[in-house]
Amino acid sequence: MMMTTPNLTVNIAGVTLANPVVTASGTFGFGREYGTLYPLSELGAIAVKGLTLKERPGNAPPRVAETPAGMLNSVGLQNPGVEAFIREELPWLKAQGAVVIANIAGNTIEDYCAMAERLSDTAVDLIELNISCPNVKAGGVAFGTSCASVAAITAAVRGACRKPLIVKLSPNVTDIAEIAVSAVDHGADALSLINTLLGMRIDIATRRPVLANNVGGLSGPAVRPIAVRMVWQVRGRVSVPIIGMGGVATWEDAVEMLLAGANAVAVGTALYADPFASVKITRGLREYLERHGMADVQELVGAVQAH
Amino acid sequence: MGRLILRGERCDNGLAMSFTVTTCPLVEARAPRADLADFTVRCPEIARAARPGQFIMVRCGDFTLRRPISICDADGDLVRFVFEVRGTGTAWLAERTVGDALDILGPQGNGFTLGDTSRPAVFVGGGIGIFPLLHACKPFGARAAVLLGFRTAGLISMVEDFQAAGADVRLATDDGTAGHHGLVTDLLRARCDAGAVDAIFACGPKPMLRATAAIAEEREIPCQLSLEQRMACGVGACLGCAQKIRRPDGTETYAHVCSDGPVFEASVVVW
Repeated sequence: MMMTTPNLTVNIAGVTLANPVVTASGTFGFGREYGTLYPLSELGAIAVKGLTLKERPGNAPPRVAETPAGMLNSVGLQNPGVEAFIREELPWLKAQGAVVIANIAGNTIEDYCAMAERLSDTAVDLIELNISCPNVKAGGVAFGTSCASVAAITAAVRGACRKPLIVKLSPNVTDIAEIAVSAVDHGADALSLINTLLGMRIDIATRRPVLANNVGGLSGPAVRPIAVRMVWQVRGRVSVPIIGMGGVATWEDAVEMLLAGANAVAVGTALYADPFASVKITRGLREYLERHGMADVQELVGAVQAH
Repeated sequence: MGRLILRGERCDNGLAMSFTVTTCPLVEARAPRADLADFTVRCPEIARAARPGQFIMVRCGDFTLRRPISICDADGDLVRFVFEVRGTGTAWLAERTVGDALDILGPQGNGFTLGDTSRPAVFVGGGIGIFPLLHACKPFGARAAVLLGFRTAGLISMVEDFQAAGADVRLATDDGTAGHHGLVTDLLRARCDAGAVDAIFACGPKPMLRATAAIAEEREIPCQLSLEQRMACGVGACLGCAQKIRRPDGTETYAHVCSDGPVFEASVVVW
């Protein structure tokens, strides 16, 4: 039998990714740092640092703290604003051959709509609606924790947006599948899950929280079982593409996420220990498919046989 | 003065300053104290690229984050770094022995801008902040005054290394068990009173750095500070290690210790 190269491409809402491994928003900047190590075109897509309408300075430090098998962050959406992104970052990113996912966050529905409308006139490939950032007081996760507010913001942004729309879901909810259904019913072309889980660390010597923001988002392998479970639950209720994320660090983790129902995976925190984690996962997936004689990575999607 | 770089330096191709991720052998491992490790690795890529004041990110087993450690010296193919055991990650690292392979990312960050090394300069170090000053003071030879402060005599380290570099080393201890009984910034004031100082380079605890910056400002001496902050990626991607600074137009913003620093002009730091 002829050995053929397995197909790693994945279609997310009409956009073809060369492979199913993308970078998670907030962990990869605008690509200029890890881009010194490998061509950015080797990634399926890059979800850029969360953008807001105006520049945001972010939260006071300390913003990060390590935890068992993970870390907390409370960066607070520090970013130069959507216009600076369009002017100074996007042309460079596209010139690298990257598929670009613009992650957007706002204080009001109007903010989100204005950004979606503005980005619709640019070369970004997809827009990711961040309604799950746990680190900003207004907006962010406030929009993502009830079906009614998810429905309202998704419908409003859908009306303003002429790019494929991904809605990024928060795990800090009672029933993520219900939230996912609301997003899809009101215009989400795809879903990303999960954002970070709200966590806290306290310095027992000073009796003060380690993070200046007191609380922050937990990421890393510690959250992976939760992410896998949530992807599986959401896959049971929706048919749109899912980008699964939360603690994916190895190709084995990626296979697990795909089996749970994700069409692609995002890698984030794992990059800090191994900046090559994303490209190693792509290679590992290819070899796994070859070993199992599989023609297409999408054969894995949702293939878990539940008890 | 006023080197102020935001969102890191960039190369002509739009990329951030390049760094290496490499596995390299530990060729010397000493423990000057139970809670201190003095490591040398053979790492030509990083040794040749390293500038004084830069740092490396060292992977520690299965820990989620690498540990940022300042480069103490770089010579030929060798990189030396000294670190305190502070938690389980650095404890794991301190247990490595000669011949073990370490996974190191670097060199990273904007180090000290030494300027004219034929002019006298003062180096101010406190506690474990003294280590990056060795690489920086070497080009100054006998023109370097190295002022080192410690809590107590038992914590003094590396004095012989600074002396071997030709520097005039003065000590201060909080409890008077060695050298001047008092703060290292007392020594800095005395040194500035005694003769012209063209530049101050400092690394240490925040109160020491703040006092150093105040002395430099009142005497109008250019001053560079190496700062610390809890760090995650170490390359400028995650924006975790924020440091508030003042822009030339007077507005304040958060720069990042890993990519804009770790060395900042004292005059831009907002305390």
